[in-house]
Amino acid sequence: MTSDAALLRIEGVTKAYPGVVANSDVSFTIHEGEVHALLGENGAGKSTLVKMIYGLVKPDQGRMVWRGAPYAPAKPSAARASGVAMVFQHFSLFEALSVAENVALGMETPPPMRELAARIRAVSEEYGLPLDPSRMVGDLSAGERQRVEIIRCLLQSPKLLIMDEPTSVLTPQEVEILFKTLRQLKAEGTSILYISHKLEEIRALCDEATILRRGKVVATCTPREKTAREMAEMMVGATLTPPERRAGTRGEVALGVSDLSVPSPIPFGTSLKSVSFTVARGEVLGIAGVAGNGQDELLLALSGELRSDADRVRIHGRPVGDLGPEARRRAGLVAAPEERLGHAAAPNMSLTENALLTGATRQGLTRRGFIDWRKTEAFAAAVIRDFDVRTPGTHVAARALSGGNLQKFVVGRELSQSPEVIVINQPTWGVDAAAAAAIRQAILDRAAQGAAVVVISQDLDELLEIADSFAALNEGRLSKPRPVAGLTVDEIGLMMGGAHGMEVAHHGA
Amino acid sequence: MFGGIDPALLIASLMVASVPILLAAVGELVVEKAGVLNLGVEGMMIMGAICGFITAVETGSPTLGFLGGAAGGAALSLLFAALTQVMQANQVASGLALTLFGLGLSSLLGQNYVGIKPPHTGAVPFGPLADIPFLGRVVFGHDPFVYLSIIAVAAVWAFLKFSRGGLILRAVGESHDAAHALGYKVVRIRMLAIMFGGAMAGLGGAYLSLVRVPQWVDGITAGAGWIALAIVVFASWKPWRALLGAWLFGGITVLQLNLQAAQVGIPVEYLSMSPYLITILVLVLMSSGRGKAALNAPACLGQNFHAAR
Amino acid sequence: MLKLEKRPSPSVMWSRATPVLAVALTMVAGGIMFAVLGKNPFEAIRTIFWDPLFGEFAFYLRGQLLVKAGPLILIAVGLSLGFRAGIWNIGAEGQYIMGAICGAALGLAVFPTENRLIFPAMVVAGALGGWAWAMIPAVLKTRFNTNEILVSLMLVYVAQTVLAMASTGFLRNPEGMGFPGSRNFSGYAAARNGFLWEGAGLHWGGVMALATVVAAYVLLQRHMLGFQIKLSGQAPRAARYAGVQPDRLVMLCMGVAGALAGMAGLFEVTGPAGQISIDFNSGYGFTAIIVAFLGRLNPVGILFAGLLMALTYIGGEMASTNLGLPSAAIQAFQGMLLFFLLACDLLTNFRIRLAKKGEAR
Repeated sequence: MTSDAALLRIEGVTKAYPGVVANSDVSFTIHEGEVHALLGENGAGKSTLVKMIYGLVKPDQGRMVWRGAPYAPAKPSAARASGVAMVFQHFSLFEALSVAENVALGMETPPPMRELAARIRAVSEEYGLPLDPSRMVGDLSAGERQRVEIIRCLLQSPKLLIMDEPTSVLTPQEVEILFKTLRQLKAEGTSILYISHKLEEIRALCDEATILRRGKVVATCTPREKTAREMAEMMVGATLTPPERRAGTRGEVALGVSDLSVPSPIPFGTSLKSVSFTVARGEVLGIAGVAGNGQDELLLALSGELRSDADRVRIHGRPVGDLGPEARRRAGLVAAPEERLGHAAAPNMSLTENALLTGATRQGLTRRGFIDWRKTEAFAAAVIRDFDVRTPGTHVAARALSGGNLQKFVVGRELSQSPEVIVINQPTWGVDAAAAAAIRQAILDRAAQGAAVVVISQDLDELLEIADSFAALNEGRLSKPRPVAGLTVDEIGLMMGGAHGMEVAHHGA
Repeated sequence: MFGGIDPALLIASLMVASVPILLAAVGELVVEKAGVLNLGVEGMMIMGAICGFITAVETGSPTLGFLGGAAGGAALSLLFAALTQVMQANQVASGLALTLFGLGLSSLLGQNYVGIKPPHTGAVPFGPLADIPFLGRVVFGHDPFVYLSIIAVAAVWAFLKFSRGGLILRAVGESHDAAHALGYKVVRIRMLAIMFGGAMAGLGGAYLSLVRVPQWVDGITAGAGWIALAIVVFASWKPWRALLGAWLFGGITVLQLNLQAAQVGIPVEYLSMSPYLITILVLVLMSSGRGKAALNAPACLGQNFHAAR
Repeated sequence: MLKLEKRPSPSVMWSRATPVLAVALTMVAGGIMFAVLGKNPFEAIRTIFWDPLFGEFAFYLRGQLLVKAGPLILIAVGLSLGFRAGIWNIGAEGQYIMGAICGAALGLAVFPTENRLIFPAMVVAGALGGWAWAMIPAVLKTRFNTNEILVSLMLVYVAQTVLAMASTGFLRNPEGMGFPGSRNFSGYAAARNGFLWEGAGLHWGGVMALATVVAAYVLLQRHMLGFQIKLSGQAPRAARYAGVQPDRLVMLCMGVAGALAGMAGLFEVTGPAGQISIDFNSGYGFTAIIVAFLGRLNPVGILFAGLLMALTYIGGEMASTNLGLPSAAIQAFQGMLLFFLLACDLLTNFRIRLAKKGEAR
């Protein structure tokens, strides 16, 4: 198992960007055959650190030592040559290319395509990750895409495998299978740098953990010896209070969706297939699912960006399926899409203009089409104040805000419009713990005031924390909603589609 | 059938007529596969036309002329590359600027070359093969560039499909972020693609002024560059279909000229606007297949890349 | 090494300063081009930029400035709305021609009736002609997802052949002794677009251009529709989320641009040009693209840009007659201006930083 020999030592590494120090004097050691966790909130400096190890970014100060020799990869191919491989969280697959082509792009000297395809098959069998090399990546599920990345890495027989938030796209069953694969790799002597903020996973898998906060190492520990709560508090640097739940008083049905089927407007997207559910006033419905199973489409179909037959979607019994976003807002529905920049907000426009984006109708910001800029600015200022958005003012462009602050602004903008139905996709994605808690609390408060809420999220913990009832999207189909109380993780996993055809590694430990 | 139009001659001349747009279209296809939309094809073509013409006239060598044309097109495309890849300018606007600038500059450069005959570009000597009836005329009676343009199609096809370079180029066009994360030099690859596109457009332009017309006239390209852009859409980014498209348009051009000469009852104006109308028609047919052509379009087409952090 | 760094917010200062910087750089580069052509660069620049305003014939040329700037501004304002929304109508030249033909056809059809309503009716017909021509790419785009850039441009070539047909065929002056070209409107008072007062240089087209600038300014600054146009261009998905219907916006932007271009064509054919002729169009539709960008797609900016571009036209003509500077040089000069502007735009969104030596990068 874990030997004492150091594979990679990070010594006093510092990296600064204009206006922000991403890493400051970071030191830790990854041993041979060790699964090492790198823990931290969003913006703690995990990705910058990883990019340095992978040769995408150079440190300003400090050095790295690889098996006793200085290690300073000038580019990713140099890192790969040393034996470092990386499974990315986002942005590293090409949808319109085949699995084999994607794998070839991640290798220095790939063999001819036919031979490569054979090797992909061989490796995928060995590690229980079935994959057809000739398939187009765009047609694969999120879990399958991850397999492509893992196999791409495994083909290079890496010494160090970096995994960036690998489980955010998996069902609980798939996570178990992935862990078996990782343990098998570890048994074969491969070291793994495992980046996550999911603490139970880290406790289950990792030998050592380095905890980053605001670019600095704040602690190292052996995860098995700590509780999840202890690690969370090291990570956040504060004591956490779970959101307050109010006594549930259910009203009449506010949002009804029946037999909704719409084709996806997104290339390689997932069409919705006969989705039905109702949400009552005061109820929070949590919709889980692995990314790419129709979450974006569901939001579009509810917000009105994607239209259907009129009576497929009803607000207070009124058919609105054929109406656009403006008309649905007038009917009382607000929606906040997952992607903040470019979808929920226009990056180059000021916060005032972004307040107008959805606030025009319900806040009465226009008269006969002419914009009341003073009133709009007052609305933007109110959102900033009420939701504690950190910004120099309302004139600032949306893209200048940090992810968490922009998310608070977007959610705040929607919640401030006295909505009757609220639909939010990934309310706290990429947001630090304090802001996430504030957003969850605000959602619960609106529900307590009588709004019907639909929260679509890939974060199961979040859903279990705030939802009254629970359903899951799997390949565009929605499971039957069930009360959260009494649900087990296994049941949730099955609702999400189980293992999606994955199998347990044959030669595993 | 067409008032005494000889089919062999028609096919032979449509192959010739399609060379400029084919060269330009294949170049642009590579550029677009890399995720860059260069609308300056018309400008690069006409710069190629004048640079090629001047070089050929001054040196007396058609070969050098074609090289000069390619260099002219590539030089102008470098300007586009600098604007869009380094200075992050909007690709549509920069492409338009390239065309407007190219039209002006070519006219300026060409003012002393109006009415001159360029040196003759001969046919490839195929000897007795050229005497085979029909086939000899259609297949073996052309100048080298007719064959070269077809070879270029085959080469680009093979490059994109089989070579590692082609795979990387396609990858950059599909997702520049992913390509960057894997360590590929997005900007460098795109700049090379743009320059290849410029050289091909320049070559096509030079063919116009040296072989097809052959003399220098202001605005000689008359929209050929735009038709080349349309052909890339028509071809849904597949090289062999670009060849088909170019032959189709070459055929229409030749046919309408022949019909004009044959004085069939159709007014000349209707005939001369026909290539443009048919281009529009073809665009409609290709685009309306709800996303089918669009699915084949490189995902990052027209988007600028700036490596953040 | 120089390094680019994205600004958190676009710089307001630089967005104002870049056009000025671009003009200055173009003067330098243009001067070099003129010098290569064997002309005295200083004299050439002075002839182009100074003499029309303050030289010997300025009293006449200043008026000409308005004559040239009018159609450029009118077309550019229309185009700028589309460009802002990410709708690339580059076929304004064709819409301009068709507007002129439609308007003129109406006037010629009722010749020689004298009625005060004839000219306004012709303006409407011109606007409709341009609008209809622009609707072709708009409808094809919304119905069939066809690229509007290519279609609108192809239609320029078609419009040019229609123009040839008009001037040699259906609109030819029956008393013209077989020469191509229509009747001249200068001899037809009811349809003439003369100067509002003697030597003013301001005709109804100029008035219309000014009115359009004001209307577009109000639209973009104060009206929801203007906001939706800007939003669609900057963040199309956010626009759909806000409730903008992209198809309607395409129809609107293309239609307005077409109508304004058509109107510009009508004002030109009934005024400065006087008649429909084979080469009646003089590339205003294309130059207006430069004007729109030079004016930063902002109505007030376009007003100044149009005047500046008109200056290069008039100054160019003077340089051509006085110094023998080829007219193509002016075209290249205008293209250069657009290049420098696009390049300088970098400064609005990025900061250029000097990466110090020794810094790991």
